[in-house]
Formats: sequence, C-alpha cells, structure tokens
Amino acid sequence: MTASQAKAIVIGASAGALEALSAVLTTLPANFKLPVFVVVHVPPDKRSVLAELFQAKCQVDVREIEDKEPIEPGTIYFAPPDYHVLVESEESLSLSSDEPVLFSRPSIDVLFESAADVYGPGLIGVILTGANQDGAQGARAITDAGGVVLVQDPLKAFSSAMPEAAIALCPGAAVMSLSEIADYLREGTAR
Amino acid sequence: MTDDAAPEKIEDIEIRLLLEALYLKYHYDFRNYAMASIKRRLRQARDQLGFATISALQDRLLHEPSMLPRLLGYLTVQVSEMFRDPGYFRVIREKLVPHLRTYPSLKVWIAGCSGGEELYSMVILFREEGIEERTIFYATDINQDALHAAESGIFALERMQLFTENHRKSGGKSSLSDYYQAAYGRAAFDKSLRRNVVFSDHSLVTDAVFAEMQFVSCRNVLIYFDRGLQDRALGLFKDSLSRKGFLGLGAKESLRFSRHANFFADFDRDEKIYQRRAI
Repeated sequence: MTASQAKAIVIGASAGALEALSAVLTTLPANFKLPVFVVVHVPPDKRSVLAELFQAKCQVDVREIEDKEPIEPGTIYFAPPDYHVLVESEESLSLSSDEPVLFSRPSIDVLFESAADVYGPGLIGVILTGANQDGAQGARAITDAGGVVLVQDPLKAFSSAMPEAAIALCPGAAVMSLSEIADYLREGTAR
Repeated sequence: MTDDAAPEKIEDIEIRLLLEALYLKYHYDFRNYAMASIKRRLRQARDQLGFATISALQDRLLHEPSMLPRLLGYLTVQVSEMFRDPGYFRVIREKLVPHLRTYPSLKVWIAGCSGGEELYSMVILFREEGIEERTIFYATDINQDALHAAESGIFALERMQLFTENHRKSGGKSSLSDYYQAAYGRAAFDKSLRRNVVFSDHSLVTDAVFAEMQFVSCRNVLIYFDRGLQDRALGLFKDSLSRKGFLGLGAKESLRFSRHANFFADFDRDEKIYQRRAI
C-alpha cells in the first residue's frame, strides 16, 4: 500500500520509550487524521501518567483507553497498565485481563495482531526501543495482512533487542531513524 | 483484497459458526462477547488442542461432549489476584463499609467469581471489619470448573507473596497467613471463610435476577462483553440492587457508554464504585 491509504497506526515501545515516543508523537500536527494506538510496557501496579504527560506535549488529543472506547480520528490512545488492548472494529477498542504475553500486559503483540485483523493493509505498525521480544509476532502479522511496519534502527535505539527481534521475524519491515519514522507518519499519511 | 466490500474472512465465518454450535448444542452463549478476545482465545484453543482449523474444533465439539469443559477453559478462565488493585479494596474498607454497617443484614454478589480470588478477598475484608457474620455472599460463574476451584479455596503457594502484599496495601488489619494453611506448595484457605458463601452457576448472558443485593462486585468480566451484552448485565445489577446499593467495576470499566448510566451515581470515581440512585 501507499501510506496515504493508511487508516490507523499502532506503536509499541518498552525500555527507553519516553524519549523515542516524544520524538515521534510530538511532531504529529493538530490536523492529523489517523487514530494512533500505543502500548508501552508499564508496571502493573502504578497509575500511568503517560497520557497526561503526552497530552501536555502533543498537538493532537491524547487519552488512556477505557473499555469499549470509541475510536476517533486524530487521537492518540495509550494502553492502561495491567490490561491488554485489542482493536474490536474500526469503531471501538476493547480491553482484556487475559494472562500476560511474554511477561507483558499490556502486550504489543496482542494489540498489533488484533489491529492487523481489523485494518489489514490499512495499518502502519511501529516498533521502537525495548529490551525484549514483544511486538515481533505482531509486526509479522501486520505485514502478513498487507500492512506496513517501520522499525527503529537498532543501532540508534536506547535498547536494541525489540527492534532486532522485529526485524528478524519480519523481513518486510523498513528500518528507520526516529526522525524518518516521524516524517513518514506525518507526511506519508497526509492527504 | 483491499476492496471495501471484501467478503468476510473464512476464520471469522468459522468463529461465528462455532459460537452458534456451542449455543445450540450446550446453551453456552458467547455470541455477543467482544470478538477480538474470543478470536484470540479460539486461536489458542485451536493450536494447543491440535486442530488445523476452527471448523475442525467445532466438529469435535459437537460430537464429543468431553471437549466442552476443555474449550470453556479457554473461553472463560481468568487468572486474577487476591486484593487485585488494592486501592479498590481500600475504598471499600474506608468508604463503603461505613454505609454497609448500617444494615442489619447484607447480601453481596461477586459476579463472575472465577477461581475465587476476589471472593476470598471480600470475605476476609468483611471479617476484618466485623460485618461478615451478617452477610451472605453469592459467588457466581458460568464455568463449573472455576466454581469448584473457588469452592476448594486452594491457590498456589507461590502466589501468596503477591496476595499478601496486595492485602497489606489494601489496608489489611490482619495477616493473610492467618487464613490459610500451607502444604505441598499449596495454600488452602480456611473453610470458615465459606460459611456464609453460596456458590452458584449463573450466567449474566442468559439468567435472571435472583436476590436483592446491597453490593455487587463484578470486576473485569464486562470487558469481555460487547456493548449490548454489557447493557444486559448492567440491567441485572441495576434490578438486583436495593435502593442506594453499590456496584463495583474493574479499574478500566465504566458506565459511561451504558443506557443504564442514569440509574447510578459516582460513589468513588477513581475506583469505579457506583451507587444505585433512588429511582
């Protein structure tokens, strides 16, 4: 697909997530059209401040997901601590407290796989810095369904394991710097 | 296949057919569950039970009743924690119990009790607060195996460290180890905790109201339902609750999207505890 056919973006990040996400999300313009779903590995027992933090820095709306949250364009959605996020349909999200996947809840794989089911070739997946393997299966599911996967260059990532795992399992992924990823999402998806 | 009018995927058709078969043959109704989770769980069941397709799984399910409990294990079993989200139990202890104390007798419904973690947490809290004696607890689930597990009150010993930590954070006034005996890697909870508990097979999808409650706690069950089914379940809670009775939901569940929202007021917004309005 070309990026202009994209309907949604999913992003996964772990160790070093804050800085990497800032570089990407704060550059999205106020008139950005797509919904963006983000899983960051956060401790289960803490109230997450990610949504508040990014709301202050971003030009688009930022929310933490509640169950059956309606999907609106131009909005960034963060997974809450201790729940998986799944894309239910192009209209809504759902949560699950099924067991952790690869020790993670929320799991990047769970989000990516459910999003690939719903959006097929209309999905862009982004894997950023992280110290585990989460997201690799999900990235593969996205390219298998005809979508696009962008992976942060492991050489430049705070933690290289997650990008490396995604590249290994997903040969169709494009390896990019953070600013290239930001440019792709911003310019590539503009109408 | 980028055409918007693309035909339904084969797997989606298979899932709908399996859920229909499950209902027609065994009267378990998952047809209005949130589809993304069901799909994930059915794929897991298919792979781990060794079937090539969901259709093949359905064939076996229809012809071999012994498949039913195995499949239900995938579709319903939920691993929870005792005192999961200690803040929820702290608010019950500090804000809700003072209201509950004013009643001479109490009925509490743990809806979707699964393996019993939330039930035992609640009974222990009520005992610590001195209101267990006057309370009947109803613990319901659709999964018989889960109900039996809840009734046995046995948990893996290795989980006790987390449960103990949660209990402490919830404002626990006793030591959790006072309530169980450890042996052979397992923790068996004291049977006196079940003295006032009624375990029962009850479906929020197909069954009706069965008693008037002062408090319904249903956490991380509704997330697995679609919105229509959530409304059905919330309608049951609404009709079960006495005037000014309380409803507790999971941390990320809310009444925001429900048609019953008007019947409830926020009691504790952060911990998702609602109070039935007097209408």
